[in-house]
Amino acid sequence: MAISYTYKPTIDRGARGGVLAAIAVAVVTLLLMMVFGLLMRMEQAELIAIGPTWFYQLMTLHGAGMVGVAGLAGAAIMWHFLSQYVTLSARIFGANLVLFLLGVLMVLASVLGGHFQGGWTFLYPLPTRAMGMWSNGAAVLFMSGMLVIGVGFLLLHLEVARALTSRYGNLARAMGWPQLFGRDAGDAPPPAVVASAMVTIVNVLGLVAGATILVMMIVNAYLPGFAIDALLAKNLIYFFGHVFINATIYMAVIAVYEILPRYTHRPWKSNKVFLASWTASTLLVIFIFPHHLLMDFAMPRWMLIMGQVVGYLNTFPILVVTAYGGLMIVYRSGIRWDVASTLLYVALFGWAAGAMPAFIDGTIAVNYVMHNTLWVPGHFHTYLLLGMVTMVFGFMYYITRAGAAGHDHAVDRLAAGIFVLATLGFTLSFLYSGKASIARRYAAHLPEWVPYDRVATVFAAIVVAAVAVFVLRFLARLPIATRDFARPALPRGVEA
Amino acid sequence: MIQEKVWLISVTLMGLLAAVFVFVHARSHRRENDYAPLQKRAYRLRAVFFWALVLTLGPATVYTLADLPYGSARAGSSAGGVQVIEAVGHQWRWDLSRTEVKAGEPVEFLVTSADVNHGFGIYDADLRLVAQTQAMPGYTNRLRHTFAAEGTYRVLCMEYCGLVHHNMITEIKVVKP
Repeated sequence: MAISYTYKPTIDRGARGGVLAAIAVAVVTLLLMMVFGLLMRMEQAELIAIGPTWFYQLMTLHGAGMVGVAGLAGAAIMWHFLSQYVTLSARIFGANLVLFLLGVLMVLASVLGGHFQGGWTFLYPLPTRAMGMWSNGAAVLFMSGMLVIGVGFLLLHLEVARALTSRYGNLARAMGWPQLFGRDAGDAPPPAVVASAMVTIVNVLGLVAGATILVMMIVNAYLPGFAIDALLAKNLIYFFGHVFINATIYMAVIAVYEILPRYTHRPWKSNKVFLASWTASTLLVIFIFPHHLLMDFAMPRWMLIMGQVVGYLNTFPILVVTAYGGLMIVYRSGIRWDVASTLLYVALFGWAAGAMPAFIDGTIAVNYVMHNTLWVPGHFHTYLLLGMVTMVFGFMYYITRAGAAGHDHAVDRLAAGIFVLATLGFTLSFLYSGKASIARRYAAHLPEWVPYDRVATVFAAIVVAAVAVFVLRFLARLPIATRDFARPALPRGVEA
Repeated sequence: MIQEKVWLISVTLMGLLAAVFVFVHARSHRRENDYAPLQKRAYRLRAVFFWALVLTLGPATVYTLADLPYGSARAGSSAGGVQVIEAVGHQWRWDLSRTEVKAGEPVEFLVTSADVNHGFGIYDADLRLVAQTQAMPGYTNRLRHTFAAEGTYRVLCMEYCGLVHHNMITEIKVVKP
């Protein structure tokens, strides 16, 4: 028998200083990394001539930087909402931010000072096979920087684990297993808690795998006799990379779970389907990573087949639970659309839409002719830029909203509209380039590919301009973000 | 061509999703205060959606797993002799044991790397990627491909390998049998 949930308004808390500092650092860095991305597309489009050394340095920074800021912004959103349900240590959050900044400095020094250009995936043994382009020291500095950033996130997740177990007893209870596998009396932990528990489980595993291979590679850099199996290294790196970047979405989506109900005055509760979906996602995210290795024919066949099958299954929680859940509470809700609610709604679409070309690319027969073409950045830019990052922008507009009666400035509405359209154009131009078999991570493109790059460059430039507006408007309105007050306007048909 | 189909399917699915989001947005302005009946209807529809996905993706999984590109999985496809090319990736060139093969007869590529990870991607004359595998140090990946048409094919590197990655290109000539 389904339980009928009702919406209960909760206190709309302002963000703490640490959370705002993390978001500010993340989005300013994001904007800089976007400019790097734009420069890369301009180079491929032959509109500038920075050369391959700079291109690959920027590519390394763009990848590492984007993954890092996605993690930081996602963690900030999780922290902000989770702290309404459990007691979290602000010092640990601060420690993560300090370690993040320290790691970023190390990565920047390695790339800009040491000319490291081994890619953010630091695929073994490239970092130590530089062909004279960078030193072993630069490679070790880069990998140590990544390690420092990883240690910060590990601390943060361990603190979340501590807080969850102290409030709920253990992580299984925080995931709502008693309600999932037993009687559901409507008392399961809220979505923010369930999502945080899931992220904690998977990210601790992912970060440990990442730290393991980084330490192995740092040792190998000084003691080449300590040889590493290249395929094992690849497995560890992609396990870490996949889990970490996906966890950023699972953290950011907490903003959707928490904010859309406030706009619609409808509950987004942890019912059995929701809990089953998050438990399934926990397992799927852990076991999906071989879909990055489908072209490594030396891998055990069963793992590759598992990669495809799990990839197909992974679309279920995204489509059937989260995207559908968002549509459900918006439908005939009388919601007042402002920039925040619109961006959060669009972000759900972006996540689900990006999952389509992604799971199709996870088909072995498709991967055979599309792996490492621009199809790949095509799908991940869709669910990251139009999904995860758009959730962050939605949160930024929400937390800096001037109150229930406040109106968005025309500049914000215009920037949001332009952002959505230009991002669609940008990601579709990547996907279309993938259809044309254009290889990814090329400093220079074949003449036949240049027209595609020129179209993409135009869209990329517009996206950067729109995001610059988001970032500047957020920074200008930061003082509002700390206040406790009801932000969204009441839906039509609901009386105060 | 697979790429065309994949593009069409992806854009169709993304378009369908967009249409649903636009539809719900258009129906969001007037409020239905009693959420319970709406929820009930939505849950019923969700069950239909769930089973539709199962019935679509289930057969699609089985169908697409039927013909895997892995070397040994295709070992039985050679009617006559197999043409073998040993391919070794180096920063930044390809060493191929031969550069000419016959069309219509299977070719087995034994792909490895002497240094870092590379990707062995075969492009046809129209610059369409027709087959690939990774070139890994310490491993040999067996890639089987039968060239349907004669012509000059290019091998491009499909895994980032350093400064000249984008220029790590060689050619294979496919001639009449």
